[in-house]
Amino acid sequence: MNWDVIFSVSLESLIGLSTIVYALAAIGLNVHFGYTGLLNFGQSAFLGVAAYGMAITVTTFGQPFWLGILVGLGGVVVLALLLGIPTLRLRADYLAIVTIAAAEIVRLLFRSVTLSEWTGGSDGLQQFSQSFYDMNPYSSPIETTLISFSTRELWVLTVGWVLVAIALLIVWLLMRSPWGRVIKAIREDEDAVRSLGKNVFSYKIQALILGGVLGSLGGFVFALGLAAIQPDTYGTEFTFYMYTIVILGGAARVFGPVVGSMIFWFLLTFINALLPSLISVGAIPSSIMTTNQAGAVGYILVGIGLMLLLIFRPQGIFGDKKEVMLDAR
Amino acid sequence: MPADQQTDAPAKARAVAALADVPREPGAKKPDPILVVDKVVRRFGGLTAVNVGHVEIQRGAITALIGPNGAGKTTFFNLLTGFDKPDEGNWAFNGQPLQGVAAHKVARRGMVRTFQLTKSLNRLSVIDNMRLGATGQRGENFWRALIPGLWKKQEQDVTERADELLARFKLDAKREDFAGSLSGGQRKLLEMARALMVNPEMVMLDEPMAGVNPALTQSLLGHVKGLRELGMTVLFVEHDMDMVRDISDWVIVMGQGEVIAEGTPDEVMADQRVIDAYLGAHHDGAADPDADPAADTAGPAAPAAPAAGEPAGPTAGATAPKPAKEDGQ
Repeated sequence: MNWDVIFSVSLESLIGLSTIVYALAAIGLNVHFGYTGLLNFGQSAFLGVAAYGMAITVTTFGQPFWLGILVGLGGVVVLALLLGIPTLRLRADYLAIVTIAAAEIVRLLFRSVTLSEWTGGSDGLQQFSQSFYDMNPYSSPIETTLISFSTRELWVLTVGWVLVAIALLIVWLLMRSPWGRVIKAIREDEDAVRSLGKNVFSYKIQALILGGVLGSLGGFVFALGLAAIQPDTYGTEFTFYMYTIVILGGAARVFGPVVGSMIFWFLLTFINALLPSLISVGAIPSSIMTTNQAGAVGYILVGIGLMLLLIFRPQGIFGDKKEVMLDAR
Repeated sequence: MPADQQTDAPAKARAVAALADVPREPGAKKPDPILVVDKVVRRFGGLTAVNVGHVEIQRGAITALIGPNGAGKTTFFNLLTGFDKPDEGNWAFNGQPLQGVAAHKVARRGMVRTFQLTKSLNRLSVIDNMRLGATGQRGENFWRALIPGLWKKQEQDVTERADELLARFKLDAKREDFAGSLSGGQRKLLEMARALMVNPEMVMLDEPMAGVNPALTQSLLGHVKGLRELGMTVLFVEHDMDMVRDISDWVIVMGQGEVIAEGTPDEVMADQRVIDAYLGAHHDGAADPDADPAADTAGPAAPAAPAAGEPAGPTAGATAPKPAKEDGQ
């Protein structure tokens, strides 16, 4: 048993690329779902549009990196307006239907053969991250017995956690302001908010854009961290993991998404490292499980764990049980 | 609270005097109308829910809107406050046309409503419910919300005003509780107090007493009368005829979507058309065929009328003993 390997990959995942990407995506989703009550089931599309906006600008059209970032952000705002303007005047569930469909449309467009000249089709795009790594100030990697990161990884993690900190600061500032009060009130009952003279539609659009932009930061980090993008990354299960993380951490809590993401990825990595090595040393006989099945079993175990958590702690890690129980009325 | 209304209530005396010479007929002209409604029609498919020819609401008075279930009172409320759009018609508030104006703008112009099913914002604290009501908050703008210095001072003023209102409505002990933890009656109080945070000229109360226990009813009645003394105009929908008699200066009766009678509470409750509307035109088995127009309209829908018999107010309330109880307090 390689306990040191199991522990080091688990520890690395605690602050690793996936944790950052999902934390940023979930911070955005938390603005939608947790604070505003918008059922956005297409958060993956916001990350996808940001990543593709950047990659197409840089790789396909040979434009500068920063212009790519701007194009990505612009694309996210446009997507939010496209989704929001027709649906936000309607009941909440319409947004859910439209966003889940839109996310699939976006993914299928990215991988369509017709557009492959620009998007690279199902292979995606590469070679757009050189300018980003050129800015890397780290010259030596970290190599300890517990964790090790290359200089490239260190640079991605640094930028990623700075972005997480900025996103958290923005959410924290907004949600303690009168703006955040209107947003939370809309979650509770938008007609009441309307009757008090607030333009509910405008606030919902603002929240949709804000959550989309914060989530899209995760899309940039993801693309740059892997130095490649692929359309099928941005499927619906991407969004469902984000929801899991938001609820796990505690909806409408500033730090919920970050802690949720850390726990989710730590558990998943730990189990996915533990099971194969248990099988290889014979602790689990191959009649029960082979190494090929270990990955799927890992997800099953994490799923069971999350179910138990939500049964016994429905408010998530940071939530207030009293508050969640009010919802039942 | 209601005992000393005659001596300490100059606004009531003024309202009664102003309405003394108004003809007792549907669509009567008032000396100083704050709201004038003309030919407002709302159809749901083949059903004409509201068909109001002409109605004026006297400024500074408490006007009750009564009528059997399904008479179109709440629909009429929704139309006036912008929560529903009429098929035709126009109406003016303070001389300014209101048709086609969005609900939140109606509220900003000084006409604020409450709801039949109380809309407390459950997972917001009582004080945050109140703060939300204040209009023109600088911190409700997205960018300014990010800089607390720009709105902290105003927030203090808003909180001060909210605390005064909470004290007046005896909710100050519940200040930090979730609104969802309040009792039904307390939520009604909170909703009314929150509406006052908007600084309205006219308050529209949709069944303010529904589901409120008798002890709290007296307190609510006192608050509604208090609004008139503060110079506000009140229009309210109510089924309990004792309350209508106790607090209203003028009563408008709706039946089958139309205004069928107007007058002081006592006159209206003795009106044959009103009794017909509540109990069905042929309740005494001997209605003469050439009676009045209201009897004609009530005829076809006679099966619906028995359901309306439930709030059997008009006849029961018109008999002498009950009001005596309230005079004694």
